Amino acid sequence: MRKTALSDDILMEIEKPARYIGNEVNSVVKDKAEIDIRFAMCFPDVYEIGMSHLGIQILYDMFNRRGDTWCERVYSPWTDLDKIMREQNIPLFALESQDPLKEFDFIGITIQYEMCYTNILQILDLGQIPLLASERGDDIPIIIGGGSCVYNPEPLADFFDLFYIGEGETVYDQLLDVYKANKKAGGTRHDFLEAAAAIEGIYVPAFYDIAYHEDGTIAKFKPNNQHAQEKIKKQMVRDVSDTFYPDKPVVPFIKATQDRVVLEIQRGCIRGCRFCQAGMIYRPTRERNLEMLKEYAYKMLESTGHEEISLSSLSSSDYSQLKELVTFLMKEFSGKGINISLPSLRIDAFSLDVMQKVQDIRRSSLTFAPEAGTQRLRDVINKGLTEEIILDGAGQAFEGGWTKVKLYFMLGLPSETEEDMKGIAHLSEAVARRYYEIPKEQRDGKCQITASSSFFVPKPFTPFQWVTMHSSEEYIEKAIIVNQEFKAQHNRKSLRYNWHEADVTVLEGVFARGDRRVGAVLLEAYHMGCLFDAWSEEFDNDKWLKAFENTGVDIAFYNLRERSLDELLPWDFIDIGVTKQFLQREYENAMAEKVTPNCRSRCAGCGMGVFEGGVCIESPS
Amino acid sequence: MKVRVKFRKNGAMKFIGHLDIMRYFQKAMRRAHIPIAFSGGYSPHMIMSFAHPLGVGLTSDGEYFDIELTEPIAGIEAIIRLNAAMVEGMEVISFVEIPSDKRSAGMSIVAAADYRCILKKGELPDHYIELAKSFYAQPEIMIMKKTKRSEKMVDIHPMIYSFEADEQSFVMQVATGSVQNLKPSLVMEAFLNYINVSSEEMSFYYHRIEVYAETDQGLKTLEALGTEIK
Repeated sequence: MRKTALSDDILMEIEKPARYIGNEVNSVVKDKAEIDIRFAMCFPDVYEIGMSHLGIQILYDMFNRRGDTWCERVYSPWTDLDKIMREQNIPLFALESQDPLKEFDFIGITIQYEMCYTNILQILDLGQIPLLASERGDDIPIIIGGGSCVYNPEPLADFFDLFYIGEGETVYDQLLDVYKANKKAGGTRHDFLEAAAAIEGIYVPAFYDIAYHEDGTIAKFKPNNQHAQEKIKKQMVRDVSDTFYPDKPVVPFIKATQDRVVLEIQRGCIRGCRFCQAGMIYRPTRERNLEMLKEYAYKMLESTGHEEISLSSLSSSDYSQLKELVTFLMKEFSGKGINISLPSLRIDAFSLDVMQKVQDIRRSSLTFAPEAGTQRLRDVINKGLTEEIILDGAGQAFEGGWTKVKLYFMLGLPSETEEDMKGIAHLSEAVARRYYEIPKEQRDGKCQITASSSFFVPKPFTPFQWVTMHSSEEYIEKAIIVNQEFKAQHNRKSLRYNWHEADVTVLEGVFARGDRRVGAVLLEAYHMGCLFDAWSEEFDNDKWLKAFENTGVDIAFYNLRERSLDELLPWDFIDIGVTKQFLQREYENAMAEKVTPNCRSRCAGCGMGVFEGGVCIESPS
Repeated sequence: MKVRVKFRKNGAMKFIGHLDIMRYFQKAMRRAHIPIAFSGGYSPHMIMSFAHPLGVGLTSDGEYFDIELTEPIAGIEAIIRLNAAMVEGMEVISFVEIPSDKRSAGMSIVAAADYRCILKKGELPDHYIELAKSFYAQPEIMIMKKTKRSEKMVDIHPMIYSFEADEQSFVMQVATGSVQNLKPSLVMEAFLNYINVSSEEMSFYYHRIEVYAETDQGLKTLEALGTEIK
């Protein structure tokens, strides 16, 4: 019978014990005696969040196809179990074998958002692994990081042995082969790190020295080991139809955030919104073949028994065979009690028709992401959505029976004026007005327009990577201006406005564009008890501010300072394919309020062409 | 066609709660291609109803749920397919047709259940078998019943249909269901009280063995109300 790392008494005492017992459908169990490499794949947040992440499912499947490797899963123990594990000195374990993490060869941590950084330290700490890479001996697992946050890995540099920059499907096999060979030859940890550093896309932070100018900016970023590469080249799968994809994803017992089959239809986005990091780092846009998607839809529904299938991508409406795919899914699965969940599609006749067939109109709402309140600011951020398109789409939807609309905006975008802020209320009002243009007897009561705004965080490798942020107080002031304008609208009773936490935004800003020196704040905050910072009920801003104070790190240096276009940025050693010249050009276009067309209508010369893949080599239709 | 499925739940699966077990079986039905019927309406769901829910932490050899089929499937075939879709700790052991009348279908028919309580912590006194006998031979077994509003003494003896000890454990049959319900842990609490042992000194694992319905011929297992599907 399966063993559990936690005793019955502990499992009975904590919330949702199913998070910690493993044994789920399609989880992989292998014989330890026949395995060379044990890999613990970790998402540093609670089980229900981590289990919903597609990237881990892809890598889990890919690693376990190797006969010599057993990949298992690890998630953050929730605060109740965290406390018990510390009190009773219970080492953190992987779900499948229930064995302690310290017995593994690798711990791979996917890093998806800045506010999970303290949870990374929790995983290492509970795993009884030294937090600092410099303190790890030969018998300690190799700690490797990946995911979208590693496009600026510097705030985490002290805690990781390696970072894998880019998409996981390419050089992991090579890395594992190198590890196995080094182990067989009796090589040391250092030997392995040197061999790994020579692999394209692998970054070993310990092999680089950084010098700073007097003003605190970076003067020099240079390898100190001959095996380390000057530039780390982002990894990318050229053909996304001929690559790894899980046909038997793990099915959780408890309801995960993503409790359905997820079909990733494409990677990348042709739109080029200037605030969007994903739109830059996942270039070029690559579509998966329709036949492949059909095959996986069948296989995954069959192997999981899920009652829902959902499409995933950055902008599904741009998938060139969307109509064929959606029609196929409806025809094949709708009659079998399987729900088809559509991501936010561009609102047009086709998507409204599909939504009418697969959703309950009265309950569902329509979503638009104008991101900014005025056309001027939308031109600055290169968001192609116009007021006309929104009103037209909303109008069609209202006439089709919808009454609820959600609008997403950002506050604090570069060049934003008070008029842009108020524009959020005006645009929402215009949508409501469009609803009340429908004759009373033809509409279903009142409409409900919900506008939400988050505060903009500039990200590395975007045209806005140089721009300044604001203080927490300034963010709140902006939100209050918008809120007051909402109250002055004629249809205010049909409008709702809410805004996100400002304190978190400030921290995200520091960690998104921070250098190695902010790692000290992270360590201090963790020691002071910060954990699960992405959970508002756990987040403690006062502790964080104290951690900055204790370590002498200045938030203003990272968030409020104007960076010059020629400053050496902490992430400049990474080559994502998109050139710095392109980002600078796009920044200048933004300031000139000049729109850049999407990749399919005209190549903007971003530099990705050298990869010869996806939209860059599509024949013009 | 109405069908009754009997299954076992053991090992680490005891930590999966009732609602999640329902979700688990809904997905298992699809993986096993059981021709199960759905309700009508805008969001159709599988027609599936579970007998008396098992608490988290308990194992069982006699769990039941009823489903409706759109077309018949041989019992043995269904069992093989479902077991191919199970995880460790879960096993389907019977798949029988039940009449659709109210007296055999619907889970309100549950009247009793057998439990085995296995020693988890502590040491039983040497003469525990005799103690079990004399405990059950009492004319009444009073316990303090706590509700939100009040506390009162009640006699649980009438709800204990049998009680005996063997092999470091206790086996009992108790009233179960929507009319009368007695948790086995309450019986063990009363027993420990009877032998003057505190619950900190001694504790038990609880395992459900079987669930019964009240019929004209007395108690019958839920499975016995069905017939084999060939």
